[in-house]
Formats: sequence, structure tokens, C-alpha cells
Amino acid sequence: MLGEGILKGLAETAKNFAGSFVSAERLTTVEYPEQRIAPIEATRVFPFLVYDGPEWEAGLRCVACQICEKECPPKCIYIEKSKDKKPDAVGKQQFYPAKFDIDVSVCMSCQICVEVCPFEAIKMDTEFELSTDDRFGGLLHDRKQLAKSNEYYHHIHPTEAAEVDARLAEEKAKAEAKAKAAAAAPKPAVPAAKPAAKPVEGEA
Amino acid sequence: MFATLDQIFVLFKQWLVGLLPAGLQPVAGVLLCVVVIIGLFPGLFALTVLLERKGLARIQNRIGPNRAGPFGLLQPIADAIKSLTKEDIVPLSADGTVHFLAPLVLVVAVFMGFAVLPMGRNMVLVDMDASLLFFFAVGASTELSVFMAGWSSRNKYSLLGAMRAVAQMISYEVPLLMSSVAVVMMTGSLSLVKIVEAQNHYTWGLPHWYIFTPWGFAGFVMFAIAATAETNRSPFDLPEGESELVAGYFTEYSGFKFALFFLGEYLGMFSISGLGTTLFLGGWSAPFAFLGWVPSWIWFFGKLMLSICVFIWVRGTLPRLRQDQLMNFAWKFVLPMTLLNLFVAGLWRFLGDGWQRWVVCSAILVLAYVIVGRVEMRRQHVGPRSYRYAE
Repeated sequence: MLGEGILKGLAETAKNFAGSFVSAERLTTVEYPEQRIAPIEATRVFPFLVYDGPEWEAGLRCVACQICEKECPPKCIYIEKSKDKKPDAVGKQQFYPAKFDIDVSVCMSCQICVEVCPFEAIKMDTEFELSTDDRFGGLLHDRKQLAKSNEYYHHIHPTEAAEVDARLAEEKAKAEAKAKAAAAAPKPAVPAAKPAAKPVEGEA
Repeated sequence: MFATLDQIFVLFKQWLVGLLPAGLQPVAGVLLCVVVIIGLFPGLFALTVLLERKGLARIQNRIGPNRAGPFGLLQPIADAIKSLTKEDIVPLSADGTVHFLAPLVLVVAVFMGFAVLPMGRNMVLVDMDASLLFFFAVGASTELSVFMAGWSSRNKYSLLGAMRAVAQMISYEVPLLMSSVAVVMMTGSLSLVKIVEAQNHYTWGLPHWYIFTPWGFAGFVMFAIAATAETNRSPFDLPEGESELVAGYFTEYSGFKFALFFLGEYLGMFSISGLGTTLFLGGWSAPFAFLGWVPSWIWFFGKLMLSICVFIWVRGTLPRLRQDQLMNFAWKFVLPMTLLNLFVAGLWRFLGDGWQRWVVCSAILVLAYVIVGRVEMRRQHVGPRSYRYAE
């Protein structure tokens, strides 16, 4: 009959109205600045650079290979390779980023930089309160702002970080075994150059 | 004591006016009432906007504005400050004079409707013999302002919104009038004061409001539908349909002029609710005889706010109609029903005082509702489009 649906709808909205005063199920608002929902583990907002050990500059895993810079779809990563080399986490001499900037206003949180990185050096952060009143300098994060410790990574993405650590340890063990084998072998022609920088299939 | 409380505003006005010389008294009395109306209803408007935002939020499982002051009570003040301090932009190609006049015409026309509404016993600004006619005549001029706004803005959205508004308001003006004509027929007067007095009788403690008769109930439902359309409220808010027309006829209005349009819209809602209350819900009379001691103005404003709440409830429930559905509904359903209602009202008058008229009138109306609803409002099945020449 005509009007039946309207009455049903009115009953439904009345139920919602009255229910919002008594049941939390019908009042789902979270008042954000005061109340927060804990981010879920898979949250990803903006990339950061992982470093090992206590010293951020020395421990950066990034070797300035610039793959992420080239792969970034909106081109928001700006890297300058260093002139000199310094030992990386494994102890091998590597380049390091003299400059590593990411523009927050351009980044689209696609995670492609993370997927292409062969060194597990760049990961996604869960921090989302990145707004600033300085729209030129403030939105361009430099490598000091981007550097965050491995412990922090473990804190925000425990499962993923554990996997990454296991993989790195495995690689390191393999590299050491190979180096040992190379040292034991009579021919010193092949140095242990390859294994440490061997690309790992991107996954996060 | 209660009689004094009932007449407190009237007595206060008489005392205040009595302080002036005799020659000035009539003018001063009218001016005082006008000032009170102009102050009271915008205040009510501020409250209603907050009520609406809170109510709609609750319907949608949200909290609503709660930052400005305790429970968001200062939100209307914040809104007012915002709209008063905003830049007033007039498009370069707009017709400046008409663009400026449109919101004024709307608000003035709407305010004039309040002049004839009896807001309590002896509380009416002008007791005209044809006050209902005056109300509709003044109310019809809001269409003019809407079209002025849409035309002068020289914006396609504004013009489309205005065209829709005019089509809609004129279509629904007819059932609005027709449903009130039944009341005029039964009362035998166009005076709103007399219409309220005719309903202010009690049998076994129950009032003789027109809504408690078959023709009155049908008339009230039709009146409510037409009033919703007339005030451009959801589900008939096509003129400002924000999803397709930005904001309809006030797309090009900003700052204080926008606030005036907003005010005019809500004032229109108040005045039409006041009229509906007066015609069908017994105006300022109490719902039970034993509650007769409560001041009459409390009843009037209570009923007014109740109808506003229903407006908000309906807005929170129904989606917007399509233009063809809107027109079909007006001309195929509401208008035939109101015409039939006139006939039923006449029948009611001449069938005597017995129980027969209840049965006959109710049966006719229910039957007509079912049949007209089935036949005219049946869902039209739109199949794939067929071409006469192209195939």
C-alpha cells in the first residue's frame, strides 16, 4: 500500500535516534583528537628510512641505489648519492644518501618504494599527523626526519619486521658462509662482492 | 493567576503602550508586536538549526555539533558570526539590484505571514476577516523572490533551481489551498481567529480539533505534504538539490544574503507549521479539557515545535524525489485527494450528528486512498528504450 515504506523508514530512523542515546552500537562516532582508535597493523601512510643500531646516520640501510626514486609514480623522492663510501650493516663498503628527501604533499602512499627496495631500507610508517603550517619547507621531509630505528619498525609492524629481520639474518649468514668458503678456497680470484648486495624480491 | 499568565504578554503590551500619549498608542502597539515577532522567530530559527543538526546527526548515528559551548549550544552564535563576517560576493554578470532584493523580498514576505497567525488567546497582530486569504497571498510571493534570485544570478544552477522551485511551489500551492478550503467550509469563516475558536470546544474532555475528523485527518496529511513541498524541505528539496545543482537558486549567494535565504526558508517552515497548527491542530487550544489552565501560547509554540521536529524526522528519513515523480505526485495523487476531501467535508456537514457520517466519510477516504494510490502511483516499468524510426 502507498506510504507503507515511508512509515517503515520513519520507524527505522526513530530507532536510530533513540538508540543513539542508549547503545554504543548506534553511536559509532570517535571524537578524534581526544579519542583515538589504535591503528591496525597493516596501516601505511608515508615511508621512512630504517636504521640499525643507535646512530641514525651510520646505521641507515639505504645505499642510495636510487631505485625507489626512479620507480616512484608521483616522483616525490629526491636522492643525492654520496661521493665517498662507508661500511653498511654487513660491513661492506657502500654509498650512502647524502640527501634523501620525500615530499609529503606529493606522496600517494602507494608503497611501491618499499616493494622495490633491495635493501629493506625504506618502509611504511603509521604516523598520519603530518600537517604543518609551513607549506614549502615543512612538507619536504629530509633524511634526518625520515630516519627511524629498527626498534620503531618492530613496534609499528611487528609481524612484518620480524620477517624482514629473519631474511636479513639469513642473507648475512649466507654471505659469511660464502666469504668463508672463498677464503678457504685456493683461488682468490672471486671476492665476496656479489652476495651482500644481492637483490631480494620486494615484499612487505 | 493562570488567566493572568495566559494573557501576560497582552497585559504587558497594554501597560507599556499605556505609558505613551493616547494619539501614539495604536501605532506603538502594532510596532511593539512587530518587533517581538521579528525578534522571536529568528531566535527560534537559531534554536531550530541546532536542533536539526543534532537530530539529523542522531538519526545518522553521529553526535552532531558539540564543540562550541556546552553540548554545542553556542553553535548558532558561531554560525551567525561566520555568515556575518564573510565576504559578500556578487557575480560580475549578475543583475545587481535584483540579486540584492531577492533575499529581502523573501524574508519580508515570510515575516508578513506571521501577522495573522493567532499565537495565543488574544495574541494576534492583525485580526482580519480574510486572514487565511492574506496568508496565502503573501506566501505566494516567496515564489517571486526565489525566481528573482535564480534569474539575477545568471548561473545555470541558479536558474535551474529557480525553475524547479517555481514549478514545484505552484504545483503544490493548489493542494495546499484546497486542503485548507475544507476547514473554511466547516468553520464558515476565513478568519484564523474564528477557526481556532471553532475548534476550542471539548466533549468528554477531548477537543474538537479538525484533525480528529476523517476529512480533517485527510486534509491535514495533504496539507503537511503540500507544506513540505512549499517550504522546499526534504524530500521535496529539488530546488536546492545539492548533489545536482550545487545549492539551487542561492548558489551565487554568500555571507549575509545567504543567511537571509536560510532564515527565510526556516521562517517559511515556522509560518506554514503555525498555519497547519491553526487550521487542523486547534491552534492555541489545549489537547485536553483539564489542561485548559496552561497558557495558550505554550500550546501554540509546543505544537509548532512538534511539527518542526516531524519536519526534521522526515528529512532524516526520505531521499529526494525526482522531478517527474514530484509532479506526478502533486497532480495525480495529492490534488485528486484534496478535491475528494472537499466533497467529503460537505458530506460530513450534511449527514447529521450520528455515527453514520464517521463510517461513510472514513470509508470513502480510505477507499479513495487505496484506489488512487494503486492506480495513479503504481510503479511504471521502464523497459529498454525503443526507437520508432531508427530501427
